[in-house]
Amino acid sequence: MSKKVSLLIVDDEESVRDSLYNWFIEDGYDVDCADSAKAALTLIESNHYDIILADIKMPGMDGLEMHRRIKSINKDTIVIVMTAFASVETAVQALKDGAYDYVTKPFDPDDLSHLIRNATSQIQLKSENEALKNKLISLDNIEDIVGHSDIMIKVLQEVESVAQSNSSVIITGESGTGKELIARAIHFNSPRKFFPMVSVHCGALSESLLESELFGHEKGAFTGAMFNRKGRFEMADGGTIFLDEIATISPKMQIELLRVLESKTFMRVGGNKEIKSDFRVICATNRDLKKLVENGIFREDLYYRLNVVNIIVPPLRQRTDDIPLLVNHFLKKYCTSMSRDLISIDPAALKRLQEYDFPGNVRELENMIERAIVIGNGKQITLKDLPLERNSIGSSYKSLDELEKKYILEILNKHDWNISRSARALKVDRVTLYNKIKKYNLKSLK
Amino acid sequence: MKKKSIQLVSHGQFEDSFIDTIAEDIAREFNAEIKTEECHADLNAFYAPSRRQYDANKLIRFLEEQSETKALKIICLCQVDLFIPILTYIFGQAVYKGKTAIASIYRLKNEPYGMKSDDDLVLDRFRKVVIHELGHTFGLVHCQVPSCVMRSSTYVEDLDQKKIHLCKHCRNHMETLFE
Repeated sequence: MSKKVSLLIVDDEESVRDSLYNWFIEDGYDVDCADSAKAALTLIESNHYDIILADIKMPGMDGLEMHRRIKSINKDTIVIVMTAFASVETAVQALKDGAYDYVTKPFDPDDLSHLIRNATSQIQLKSENEALKNKLISLDNIEDIVGHSDIMIKVLQEVESVAQSNSSVIITGESGTGKELIARAIHFNSPRKFFPMVSVHCGALSESLLESELFGHEKGAFTGAMFNRKGRFEMADGGTIFLDEIATISPKMQIELLRVLESKTFMRVGGNKEIKSDFRVICATNRDLKKLVENGIFREDLYYRLNVVNIIVPPLRQRTDDIPLLVNHFLKKYCTSMSRDLISIDPAALKRLQEYDFPGNVRELENMIERAIVIGNGKQITLKDLPLERNSIGSSYKSLDELEKKYILEILNKHDWNISRSARALKVDRVTLYNKIKKYNLKSLK
Repeated sequence: MKKKSIQLVSHGQFEDSFIDTIAEDIAREFNAEIKTEECHADLNAFYAPSRRQYDANKLIRFLEEQSETKALKIICLCQVDLFIPILTYIFGQAVYKGKTAIASIYRLKNEPYGMKSDDDLVLDRFRKVVIHELGHTFGLVHCQVPSCVMRSSTYVEDLDQKKIHLCKHCRNHMETLFE
């Protein structure tokens, strides 16, 4: 996953360019040369260089001016200025403008090796630092997966077995069930854990924005694109890309995505340079992707490319045993963040929570607990602190049919879609239940 | 497999045994047949008075132009202080993946560094420089293995740290390149 460091040598003297070129080629770097600032800027526009060694005195544009322009194109590039005429003023000016170092020609061979080695270490440190930062931010979220119910343990076992592989994963589940947390759990238990996990919420972006977000763009690719920008695929090099709400992407983006997944190469918007990235893809959706494929909304080839492993995250109403654990977890979390003493929950309130169907799943429960801590008496959460007065099985239904559909689905899921047991629980015969399943077009998520 | 042919051109006074030892090293390391030749060219044209040194790049170009040999590679052993425009000094220079290289004994002696003369050590250093520069002509880049002869050396102490042989990785790489 380590890349060759790329160097650009800018000097108007051919002998200097050739000498440096040879020296660095022998050292194993990727090297390009330019004989003027103008030629260098043209090269920089279309290629990425980690380090630029530029002469300070050149006809046309001098090294200092060129350095300023380079920084406006790519501020991460390390620029080392060289001169045959040492002067304190130019050295100070170069360093003030952000040059990494300043050297006088000719160099001692050892000084030159040291200089480049130090610059290379800085590049590596910077990328490691970014990767570690991402890791630290995300690691907290692993602790947020709370649950000891059988169904949740099964999910975590699936996470464990899939984490070590490189396969694409689709995580399916209703909104608020914690699909992103599952994706993080996969990433941070995988060999890719020391590299970033990059998340993209596809549903929140328009087609053109999503394209630029995923692939990056070159300066001037569109109005407002003043600088080059790395895309999410590029940022996820070595790590994992998490595409949330994958079902919302447009047909055009589906084709683009399929191509990238197959070749692991892409071009930035407005660019002509092919970029390689080694990433693993994890997607999430709250829709039935297979059904979308049948309806021609989602490409079948992309579906099969993504759906190597499918993990289904259960809704909270299917794991009511986890509600007490989750409540305690959120109480601890929010009491700590609000600097309050840890408070408890009234058993009656907890019982009521376990009876509630939570259409918004864990996210709804979390918000409920946070709200209860804010408005409560500061000692114990009681029924009146919870917005559950209206109805124990939810009050957001628009019709009796909708209520019936939800209730039947709940009972079916509870009995693993065993028709006889579900019919008994509903106190109807099996034929009636079959008819209801047909009427509401109910399907098992498994 | 047919052996590669390498031409060893010496300029200045070197003892025969000295040249023979280096020729044996090259033959062993590169599985090559060595031809030796003496060169008596006037090097004044390559002297830079402002630096009081000899321009290695110009010397290499001169060697390439003068050479009539059918040898695969040519290396010139000399006794003068070499430079390339960007560096204050060099021990040797090669055309990467090219035909020609040059190595000088000038900076390998102990005396200029304030140490006792040691002919064996000088020979040992020179052998390493020669193998290293020829390695570049075969397309090898600097190696990170501390004992490998292809490790970059900017001081004589660096030369003393490494061995005279190519490491396993460089040997395999060279064979791949050569195939």
